[in-house]
Amino acid sequence: MLGRYARKVRQASKGWPSARLHIVTGKGGTGKTTVSAALALALAAGGKRTLLIEVEGRQGFAQLFDVSPLPYSDRKVAVAPRGGEVRALAVDAEQALLEYLDMFYKLGRAGKALKKLGAIDFATTIAPGMRDVLLTGKVKEAVTRVENGRRVYDAVVLDAPPTGRVGRFLNVTAQVASLARVGPVKSQSDGVMAVLRSPMTAVHLVTLLEEMPVQEVSDTIAELIDSGLPVGSVIVNAVRTPALAAKVTGPELRRGLAAAGLATDKETIRGLLDESSAYGLRVQLEDRLRAELTELGRPMLELPFLPEGVDLGGLYKLADTFCAAGVHAP
Amino acid sequence: MTNHLDIDALLNDPDTRIIVCCGSGGVGKTTTAAALALRAAEAGRRTVVLTIDPARRLAQSMGLTELDNVPREVKGVTAENGGELHAMMLDMKRTFDEVVLAHTAADRAEEIFANPFYQAMSSSFSGTQEYMAMEKLGQLRATGEWDLIVVDTPPSRSALDFLDAPQRLSRFLDGRMLRLLLTPARQGGRGVLKVVSASFSFFSRTITKIIGAQLLTDLSGFVAALDSMFGSFRERAQQTYDLLKTSGTAFVVVAAPEPDAIREASYFAERLSQEQMPLAGLVLNRVHRTGVETLTADRSLAAAERLEAEGTSPATASALRLHAELVNIEARERRIAARFTSTHPAVPIAEVPAQPEDVHDLAGLRTVGAALAEQG
Repeated sequence: MLGRYARKVRQASKGWPSARLHIVTGKGGTGKTTVSAALALALAAGGKRTLLIEVEGRQGFAQLFDVSPLPYSDRKVAVAPRGGEVRALAVDAEQALLEYLDMFYKLGRAGKALKKLGAIDFATTIAPGMRDVLLTGKVKEAVTRVENGRRVYDAVVLDAPPTGRVGRFLNVTAQVASLARVGPVKSQSDGVMAVLRSPMTAVHLVTLLEEMPVQEVSDTIAELIDSGLPVGSVIVNAVRTPALAAKVTGPELRRGLAAAGLATDKETIRGLLDESSAYGLRVQLEDRLRAELTELGRPMLELPFLPEGVDLGGLYKLADTFCAAGVHAP
Repeated sequence: MTNHLDIDALLNDPDTRIIVCCGSGGVGKTTTAAALALRAAEAGRRTVVLTIDPARRLAQSMGLTELDNVPREVKGVTAENGGELHAMMLDMKRTFDEVVLAHTAADRAEEIFANPFYQAMSSSFSGTQEYMAMEKLGQLRATGEWDLIVVDTPPSRSALDFLDAPQRLSRFLDGRMLRLLLTPARQGGRGVLKVVSASFSFFSRTITKIIGAQLLTDLSGFVAALDSMFGSFRERAQQTYDLLKTSGTAFVVVAAPEPDAIREASYFAERLSQEQMPLAGLVLNRVHRTGVETLTADRSLAAAERLEAEGTSPATASALRLHAELVNIEARERRIAARFTSTHPAVPIAEVPAQPEDVHDLAGLRTVGAALAEQG
């Protein structure tokens, strides 16, 4: 048990990318938001400052950290282990467009009028790629932000769209290629792409040990490589530690239950046998999927299943797992 | 505890013509839709299932190897008394093309298909998938050849998108905004519109500066070619939307016992009741159930610790630990599900136990269907 754990730790610390921007994706329902939050906590550990960004308007971080809905500006949401802080930001495409227009064209009050008209929503609608360029642009700005000659954030963690949409979301230059060949949007998207494709960035894939999410991990890795985006690690979420030491049989259970002073009726034996055999099947499937993931040749990291559900305490527990695996900010 | 959703009564009722499976991503909507359709077919109904993005192996097992946007009969269905299962995967681009063709002359349609803006929009617009799923549903219903149509909904952030996105898209396509942007001079000059168009021309100038004139040229060509279709997008979307309100339609909300999925399910149930759309029930997927209800987690753990201390019966000890974990998981899932059941006590529920292995063939779908029909 211990040996296995130590091996895992060594593996991860060796392969953990020294990125500044961590983009977290995965199939819907695999726990991207939770993993992003735990990762931001781990990266902030020991006196660092990290920023968590969400782009889909879910307010998932506000719920996780139990704070009021996030505004369109960075706000401290948690204190990291051994000092350090995590801030969070919910990026909204409309606000980002207004901010952007203001930067280039000094809109002032006219911006508000445009918003009222629904014109902003309209603009991001007629040019679908525009929305993603604005969102990723804001992420890039946070990653490269400098104050008093020092980077504001040691690391930025982006809770990205799910695997089905992440390739398009990140491949911003391809998206705007048809929209703009010159002009500010073009240079903006080129700038964003340069950061996304640099070693400064790592795209992590969250999965459960279930067939579809695992399949999507390998599909997405191929897609990311095609777009020249740096693939980070594979994060296996909600892993249950195999509790079954040996195959259980009826007679063995009867003896054991009697020794423990529990009932040894037929229903109890039958029920426990069913539970064990279903679990045994599950473990076999999980081992096969784990092997498939290992073959992908990416640093792999397993996060424990939290039987009580993910609350604030659980989040720190997951962050500890990241820390123990050698995850740290550059 | 709660009332059970009688799946067989729903599936076998000849008045049930459409079942829409909704829910947030990753809860098993596609599997649920396919399992319901298979069960209905094997009970004797001529059924078609419209899937959006099935897992590869499930798609293969249903014979969905090519995307040709028409239903194909699924082999291996054991149906008596005339039941059949057909399945299709939505091709949103092709469906969009069909809509255009249905409303314009062939040469006009060619012009639209060649427009870069149309090409971008028909394959990557947010809302296009939802609109086209609705459109396809309307088409399938209009043929009148199906006893039952089961629809899977696109994987979106929110289950509500299925209801809202088509109208958003059709509003956009039919919209005044689109015309205003392209012909500000013609539309302006009167009262409020004057003010609107003043900021608008400023806006369109700004937009042109940012994204370049090319897009606006494409857009303008698109709008001109589409002129004969204005109104019809909204009308079609409205027709299908109204179809969803008829008594032949049943919504099934799919969720897993996780906080996010349950929250989405609650939003959706509220919305359906506001819209007076018929919610048949909640399908709670992947629930864990212990095999020994009488043995509590505490007693099970205490016994496991005792056995471990004695060093005897390690296999029994681990079985007991597993049991304790299962009991805790079950209790947690029930607490989460109660967030839905306590706010929507009238909504019937069907539960599907977590399968040890993933579902990717007809036998697996049959097991899920049987579990759905089983009364708790």
